[in-house]
Amino acid sequence: MQLAILLGFLLAASAPLINRWFGEQASFILALFPATIAAWLLSQAGTVVAGEPLLLEWAWVPSLGITLTFMIDGLSLLFGLLITIIGTCVLVYAGGYLRGSPDIARFHVAMLAFMMSMLGLVMADGLLTLFVFWELTSVTSYLLIGFNHTDLKARNSARQGLFVTVAGGLALMGGLVLLGIASGSWSFSEVLAGGEDLRQHPLYTPMVVCLLLGAFTKSAQFPFHFWLPNAMAAPSPVSAYLHSATMVKAGIYLMARLQPELGGTELWVWTLSLVGALTMFTGAFLAIHHTNIKKLLAYSTIMALGTLTMLLGIGSDYAMTAFVTFMLAHSLYKGALFMVAGILDHETGTQDVTEMGGLCRVMPVTAVIAFVTALSLSGVPPLFGFIGKELMLEAVLGAEGFQAVLLGLAFASAILTIAVAAIVAIRPFFGKVRQTPLTPHEAPFSMLVGPGLLAFGSLFFGLAPAFFGIDALLTAAASAIVGQTLEVSLSLWYGVNAALILSIVSLALGFLLFKRWDSVRGRLSVLAPIQRRGPEAGYEGVLNAIVHVSHWQTRLLQNGYMRNYILVMLVVLIALVGYSLLVRHAPVLRFELDARFHEVIVVSTMAMGALFATISRSRLGAVVSVGIMGFSIALIFILFSAPDLGITQLLVETLTVILLVLVLFRLPRFSHLSTSLERFRDGAVAAAMGVLIFLLVMTAWSIDQFEPISTYMVENSAPLAFGRNIVNVILVDYRALDTLGEMFVLALAAIGVIAMLKFNHGAPSAKRKKAPREPYDG
Amino acid sequence: MVKSGTIILNTAARFLMPLQLMFSVFLLLRGHDEPGGGFIAGLVAAGGFTLYLFAFGVSATREVLRMLDPRDLIGIGLLLGMISVVPAWFMDQPFLTAQWWTIPVIEFKASTPLIFDIGVYLTVLGSVIGMVMALMEVDKDEP
Repeated sequence: MQLAILLGFLLAASAPLINRWFGEQASFILALFPATIAAWLLSQAGTVVAGEPLLLEWAWVPSLGITLTFMIDGLSLLFGLLITIIGTCVLVYAGGYLRGSPDIARFHVAMLAFMMSMLGLVMADGLLTLFVFWELTSVTSYLLIGFNHTDLKARNSARQGLFVTVAGGLALMGGLVLLGIASGSWSFSEVLAGGEDLRQHPLYTPMVVCLLLGAFTKSAQFPFHFWLPNAMAAPSPVSAYLHSATMVKAGIYLMARLQPELGGTELWVWTLSLVGALTMFTGAFLAIHHTNIKKLLAYSTIMALGTLTMLLGIGSDYAMTAFVTFMLAHSLYKGALFMVAGILDHETGTQDVTEMGGLCRVMPVTAVIAFVTALSLSGVPPLFGFIGKELMLEAVLGAEGFQAVLLGLAFASAILTIAVAAIVAIRPFFGKVRQTPLTPHEAPFSMLVGPGLLAFGSLFFGLAPAFFGIDALLTAAASAIVGQTLEVSLSLWYGVNAALILSIVSLALGFLLFKRWDSVRGRLSVLAPIQRRGPEAGYEGVLNAIVHVSHWQTRLLQNGYMRNYILVMLVVLIALVGYSLLVRHAPVLRFELDARFHEVIVVSTMAMGALFATISRSRLGAVVSVGIMGFSIALIFILFSAPDLGITQLLVETLTVILLVLVLFRLPRFSHLSTSLERFRDGAVAAAMGVLIFLLVMTAWSIDQFEPISTYMVENSAPLAFGRNIVNVILVDYRALDTLGEMFVLALAAIGVIAMLKFNHGAPSAKRKKAPREPYDG
Repeated sequence: MVKSGTIILNTAARFLMPLQLMFSVFLLLRGHDEPGGGFIAGLVAAGGFTLYLFAFGVSATREVLRMLDPRDLIGIGLLLGMISVVPAWFMDQPFLTAQWWTIPVIEFKASTPLIFDIGVYLTVLGSVIGMVMALMEVDKDEP
């Protein structure tokens, strides 16, 4: 499986080549890949459903105990199947939707990479593995939302989605680390087998808060829901896949995964049920404000995500059954509906449902698909959505806390959802024919297969749940969430009960609402000013604040004056090092003057050079006196038998002189710009630095807490590293990684210098006008 | 603005540069046992080229370098540094573990640290003369 995922990433990388070789068939060829994985998952389904999770081990960083182990239990299997099967449908669909687009290769790259990240996410056993895949989905979805990168709106939406989910990802990382610390294990299978102690752990509250922040942002829960409708700037296949079936469910997946270990506490139940219910209602309520078909569907997706969170919060066995059923139903119908929305957009040239009408005559197949899936969305028997909704209402009726609140919100959302379903399925296809920007005709076969298949699922999973093995699959998934074996039997008829009555009433009210939609929408526009102050405004505010702060701090700390940079660096260094020196170790002063005569001469030469550099009235004088210091240091190295360092110091000094010669002509007049107060400040900083280094050296000299590492290096240099020059052995063997890093730093610095000079030289006048050269004050 | 072309400097540079280059290679190869090594050798070679640059200017130096732009030298150096990492993987040892081979006929001890050191050498050389050349080219273009 790990190999399959790596292969998938490779395939993503080679998608441009496949596009070149196979042209328009590339989508279908690439679609074979997720289809194969789906087939493999199905072949493993028997064992997993029997309650035997599949553990595929793979060491990744053995020295840190980090593994790339995959665990496939019922929950992962359900998600994995959804990802691969809907992924196949979406790829085929995209082959038609993006036909002839020059960017289709780019789409394939991002889409396949996303698919693999998502698959890795739901199968990861390691906490950190999950996090890596989690972030990968954020990045790839950023690329997919911003697919139409020439469109400013798409770019902004992509960035918004990225910021919100990545901010949540940061919280998630904190949460996972806390979880790892609290449970003492970095793998889900061990954490879940860990026992009861996590709920009593002192880290429980911060851990849950962090984890839920991650999950809520990813799954667009209130108040982070605003990014999802904006993400509809993505092409329809992306919306169908990421924003209904897979990515937004990653947060839901995480909560479900952690439910057996962390769930059941008051904090968990309250947060999840209330936030879930609120999200559910917000999504459903905001949906009917919109006439854009994709926005309608996006808000109703928020409603569904809220429902799922709420069900996890309720947490009863019944609610878990409802959770898995509702999720499967939702993925099927919402994926199909988004693809239908894409077809409508593609064929008519508009996304506004009020501009469409009477399309059922020109696109009958699409109309049938839309109708079936919308019925499933509204929960009409005998469709699969009905079972999901029935179970959901039943679970809410059985909720222990806030039953009235949850029930009220769930009922209201059901009514609104039915209205949305009716708007999406009836408005475009029935009524009188309207003029649309493009002349509509039936979509090509490739665009109908995917939604058709999903609509078929919506219909027949409802009619015969046991026949397709859906029963068993959902049982396994629900058992994985509960942590013990559950019995799930789905059927269309549970007898006349409260849930059924609520269902029927909501159907009637929902249809009524649909009939009066146009006038209701008019009245709802009164609420617009309130919405403008919603969470999205908060997001904008935070973003602006960050931009302001960074402007301010850049002006303050990085204003382009070399002297300022040096000052800031030195002051920070003195403060931090000085603090820890004074607090941790009392500075030790222990003089033993047994210097030889020639050493005294070298040192006093050095001191004189330093002194002269500060008082010199010419630049050349200052440069020369600094040079004297450098050469004296080289001399000290040689005197204390460090020839390598001595040679290096000499060479560096020489090259410094050469570089100075080259730039000396270009420097402005040597003048004094600073006031005497500033000079006094600079002198104080310099003196403090000198004193600090002096104390540091004295203290370091008198402390030996550890065996000096040099003995090890001296002893092993020749036998292990086959070299007698220890300095060189350290550079190229013991500490080769450091040297490698330094090589890159040096190369980057050189490239920076070259680029800066060439750039300046390319457009001299423009550059100079913008930044008049500041006189150098020596 | 760096004046090139005094007779003494030209003559000296013509003789000194090959000597310095040879000396740098000598330093590079003996670096593992005696004072020397890639960094120092790179600086010495860069010194040689810089002398040549001062004497004959940028375009003449480019001719001496032939196809090799200093920037390419940086790239090759980094590449060698990375390549030296690889053999340890095939020996199933941790990243960057040194590997030693003796080439039979000339009894020369080849090793990944040597490849690595050559990488350091080329990176240092490329960086320094790249910077110096860029600075001199800017000088030349300005009135």
